[in-house]
Amino acid sequence: MAGGFSFRRLGAMIRKEFIQMRRDRLTFAMMLGVPVMQLVLFGYAINADPRHLATALFAQDHSAFTRSLVAGIENSTYFDVVAKPETAAEADRLLRNGTVQFAIEIPPNFTRDLERGARPQILLDADATDPSATGHAVTGLQLLAATVFDRDLAGPLTQLKQGPPPVGLVIHRRYNAEGRSQINIVPGLLGVILTMTMIIFTALAMTREVERGTMENLLTMPVRPLEVMVGKILPYIAVGYIQTAVILAAAYWLFSVPMTGNLWLLSAVLLVFVAANLAVGFTFSTLARNQLQAVQMTIFFFLPSILLSGFMFPFRGMPGWAQWIGEVLPITHFLRIVRGILLKGNGFEEIMLDFAAMTAFLLAVSLVALNRYRQTLD
Amino acid sequence: MTAPLAIDVRGLTKSFGGTKVVDGFDMQVARGDIYGFLGPNGSGKTTTIRLLCGLLTPDSGAGTCLGYDVLSESEKIKREVGYMTQRFSLYEDLSIRENLEFVASIYGIRRARRTVGETLEKLNLADRAHQLAGTLSGGWKQRLALAAAIMHKPKLLLLDEPTAGVDPKARREFWNEIHDLAAEGLTVLVSTHYMDEAERCHKICYLAYGKLLARGTVEEVIEQSGLCKLKAAPTLEDVFVHLMRDVTDNFAIKKAG
Ligand SMILES: Nc1ncnc2c1ncn2[C@@H]1O[C@H](COP(=O)(O)OP(=O)(O)OP(=O)(O)O)[C@@H](O)[C@H]1O
Ligand SMILES: [Mg+2]
Repeated sequence: MAGGFSFRRLGAMIRKEFIQMRRDRLTFAMMLGVPVMQLVLFGYAINADPRHLATALFAQDHSAFTRSLVAGIENSTYFDVVAKPETAAEADRLLRNGTVQFAIEIPPNFTRDLERGARPQILLDADATDPSATGHAVTGLQLLAATVFDRDLAGPLTQLKQGPPPVGLVIHRRYNAEGRSQINIVPGLLGVILTMTMIIFTALAMTREVERGTMENLLTMPVRPLEVMVGKILPYIAVGYIQTAVILAAAYWLFSVPMTGNLWLLSAVLLVFVAANLAVGFTFSTLARNQLQAVQMTIFFFLPSILLSGFMFPFRGMPGWAQWIGEVLPITHFLRIVRGILLKGNGFEEIMLDFAAMTAFLLAVSLVALNRYRQTLD
Repeated sequence: MTAPLAIDVRGLTKSFGGTKVVDGFDMQVARGDIYGFLGPNGSGKTTTIRLLCGLLTPDSGAGTCLGYDVLSESEKIKREVGYMTQRFSLYEDLSIRENLEFVASIYGIRRARRTVGETLEKLNLADRAHQLAGTLSGGWKQRLALAAAIMHKPKLLLLDEPTAGVDPKARREFWNEIHDLAAEGLTVLVSTHYMDEAERCHKICYLAYGKLLARGTVEEVIEQSGLCKLKAAPTLEDVFVHLMRDVTDNFAIKKAG
């Protein structure tokens, strides 16, 4: 009789669950692996106060003053001067293609104006697409400007220490003047949503064939691995484009994200990005023995994709090893490209490197997927 | 190209995790024959069929299937073989017609629409053409699976327990269908647990623990068993029970020894 609650039956149920849990090695590993990964990523990789940000210094004046200024900038630990462009156009290019986060311009006659008490202005161009990456550094530079010349202003110049700071600081928050975080996050979401859905769709689509036994029939028929793979991937590429259209429409009309660049270029890039994710999903499906495992593998890939790609936290704030992992992930490059095209109006030249990296990832993963795909049931 | 034998394999061996599931298996099947494949559960019938159509690679052994090498020409074998799996392996979320259309296009059948229509008629599936395969009863699923296996006009049909769970009348119709196909020149290898089905085969073989125990026509198998001396008019079933007794005895001796 099955009237009341039975601890014996409960025990049987619990025992069965544990046995099944133990049999599914991969699931078991993920139960431990996912928390460890989250701890490492959140604990070590993520830094909400990014320092050592790449900076271009465009100095049009050279003197003891500018040398102390540069020394002060570098000692602040916020800025790493990685380039010394000769022209304003060159500095602008570095900012646009993402080589540097900041461009600092010291105007001509800086020293002369300083000595005259004419408060020359230092120009700070910040790539503010991600406001959280630049905020602290901008504040740091403001403080620095007020005090950096204290030691140099000796003798007759001492009087300049009184009153307003001896130099002015003009800050241009480029590409996102109001520092709105949506401007950064909404294009990023495009990458994140596509990564999640594309990988899971294909991973499940293949694993389902194995789980339901239809794989046996498929393998009996004269269909080639490449046909299966491309046949599984193409329909989801269409899905990816529809998702993108929806997200971009929402970004434009709901969140007023600017669409500065060429949307055709974006669609071309999208093809490679979506295909790369689908290839990852296909590879997972050749590894996973059931749909649950496929979902878990997707989560395992998804975590670093949101945490190490520059989506949630500034990419340049992460330690070297985390950036290195991030550089491997297609979403990292896609985010740079999307933000570049939408917010900075970048063209192909500026996105070329990221595009190449994404393409390389796609080719490598496709090879793995085709290699892993078995034409037999062995 | 017409090799005299549809299936000609020797010494096929396949192990899973150290256990030999198929052990030095020989099989010769003449074209146009209906060849019955018998043996207790787990004797290696499904595994052998998978080896024949290139779904599994044998550890050792060699041979040909429709004149193509089983080791190196599985792509060609796949084109000319129809395989009906033991477990239903078509798409449950596609309708009967959609499943057949899918199969037809994979095989590159010309005038696929017409072929699908004809196949539906032939197997009395036309009335249910729009029903989802997943909602069909067991017997109807089998019929759909047979339809999918014969649509590309294969030269060899591998049927793995095609009538398990099918009612007697439907079973008889199924076998009439198989005989019609054989009359058209198709070779059929069919595994089964039903003795009446075995008796409708031109030849049979009996497999246990991956080894061949008997083969020939039904009469020959009964004759070879030597059971006629012990018993009047032994049936095929008697013979198999007798054969299995020997095998189990042998195993018991091996274990004891
Ligand atoms: N992929 C596999 N991994 C491990 N063992 C397997 C695998 N496939 C089959 N076996 C084992 O091989 C043996 C033969 O299985 P097979 O399915 O060929 O038997 P069968 O003769 O078709 O049985 P049945 O009449 O029940 O369908 C069984 O003991 C089975 O457990
Ligand atoms: Mg079987």
